[in-house]
Amino acid sequence: MKRLIAGAAALAAAGLGVARWAAARGRTPVPAKDPLAAGRWLGVTINRPPEEVAPGERLPEPLTRVDAEVRMNPAPGGRGTELYARPLERTARSEGALTRLRGEDSRTAVRTALREAKSLLETGDVLRSDEEVATTRPTLPGKVLDLALGRASEGGRL
Amino acid sequence: MKAVCWQGVNELSVERVPDPAILNAQDAIVKVTASTTCGSDLHLLGGHIPAMRAGDVIGHEFLGEIVETGPEVTRHRPGDRVVVCSIIGCGRCWSCRHGDWSLCENSNPNPGITDLMWGGSTAGIFGYSHAMGGFRGSHAEYVRVPFVDHNAFAVPEGVSDMDAVFASDAVPTGWMGADLGGVRPGDVVAVWGCGGVGQMAAKAAMLLGAERVVAIDRYPERLAMTSRHVGCEVVDYTTTDVVSELRERTGGRGPDVCIEAVGMEADSTGLQRVYDGVKQRLRLEQDRPAAVREAIHACRTGGSVFVLGVFAGFVDKFPLGALMNKGLTLRGAQQHGQRYIPKLLELIGRGELRPSHLATHTMTLDEGPRGYDLFRNKKDGCVRAVFRPWI
Repeated sequence: MKRLIAGAAALAAAGLGVARWAAARGRTPVPAKDPLAAGRWLGVTINRPPEEVAPGERLPEPLTRVDAEVRMNPAPGGRGTELYARPLERTARSEGALTRLRGEDSRTAVRTALREAKSLLETGDVLRSDEEVATTRPTLPGKVLDLALGRASEGGRL
Repeated sequence: MKAVCWQGVNELSVERVPDPAILNAQDAIVKVTASTTCGSDLHLLGGHIPAMRAGDVIGHEFLGEIVETGPEVTRHRPGDRVVVCSIIGCGRCWSCRHGDWSLCENSNPNPGITDLMWGGSTAGIFGYSHAMGGFRGSHAEYVRVPFVDHNAFAVPEGVSDMDAVFASDAVPTGWMGADLGGVRPGDVVAVWGCGGVGQMAAKAAMLLGAERVVAIDRYPERLAMTSRHVGCEVVDYTTTDVVSELRERTGGRGPDVCIEAVGMEADSTGLQRVYDGVKQRLRLEQDRPAAVREAIHACRTGGSVFVLGVFAGFVDKFPLGALMNKGLTLRGAQQHGQRYIPKLLELIGRGELRPSHLATHTMTLDEGPRGYDLFRNKKDGCVRAVFRPWI
């Protein structure tokens, strides 16, 4: 009998715990979405002075290919120039995720243009991957990876 | 051409693949004359590094001869005998200019993957997955070397191939651990791991003036090799309590600098071994950090711990409390090789550094899978297998 009571008490305690967990779960804060996401500036720091980044106010060539507003300022600590850009046409965040998956996100194009501008100004070139002369063969895991790699060159901390 | 290709987890094969091509004006094509296995390749083989595809050419530590250059190459020409740094740097971004070559901002064409994993992108690496740029590896007859003026170094006359090849990675990686770990004259230094990098870290610590250097491993032949060729003290962690041993050898303080040269598949003993093994198999922990934990516990208060071994993701039971309360400095990096290679080639040329003993097995490219079997399973005393594609 004692065992039965102890068992019932344990079950009740467990039930109470689950109920508390469920109640608490409803109150669990979720990370806030960034309300400014669509309008945020994308930036790169270029290891060149501002007069070399935009001589005569001419933008680096990759940025002339995208529809974006651009600003720049000297980087602190002698790090060169902070170059910023953002698409003129802003998409809502939900649309942004879909259009990015389809490869049509205007922010992706701006991000790529900024990275290419940085590389051209610093090295005179944009490095290409050996993936262009592939040695790989198609596999199922490879297909999954292809989905990620398809956008990998457009990502990065911008 | 022939190349050693990753085909899947623990599966390698020798394949015929298209020759590499000059894709950028600052590229060169290098005819590979020696290319060695490296402990970090084992993480690729074991499937611990994401973003490998069937058919990827592996290998990143190599020596060769330049056979073709792009139109904007100025410092090298065909015929140059060069050692190439395993990390690709552009030489002109802020990170490269400040000596942090493995953080190059322009040499990884796939920055999105490492940015997602680590919150920042890192340099490209030869033969080290598409996350590191998708560059072909050096276990091949030829390899394309981007930004060759900054990544290839002429080998002085008189330096043998077997000494020079390790100036590509093992020697500068070990040197960086001692240098950035802050080794100073009179220090006591402990090094976890007696593979190629660990041995070179121990040697670097001695050359930088450390008074005592203790290297830790479990394999008798590696401990004996380290004792014989590096000339430092050694400890077998399977028969000795490492932390107590280091305390006893240092008047109760612990080492001033602890260098971890093991990486994400660290072996250990007792309950910790079971715990990490189970968690890693269940994918509840990506990397096994046993040697890092021990280094942090063993280090003297106020000392320095440098992580040279390769880690990819998250670890469990990291002793953050010990790190904080003991006032330790923890650092880590992929190697900034270009910062050190010219000086190291000089040291090798003068005979002050002789890493050729690491090459326990020399073989043809066709024997690539067998070389990795020997290397991974520590068979026949293998410390490094070096492939000679043209011999």
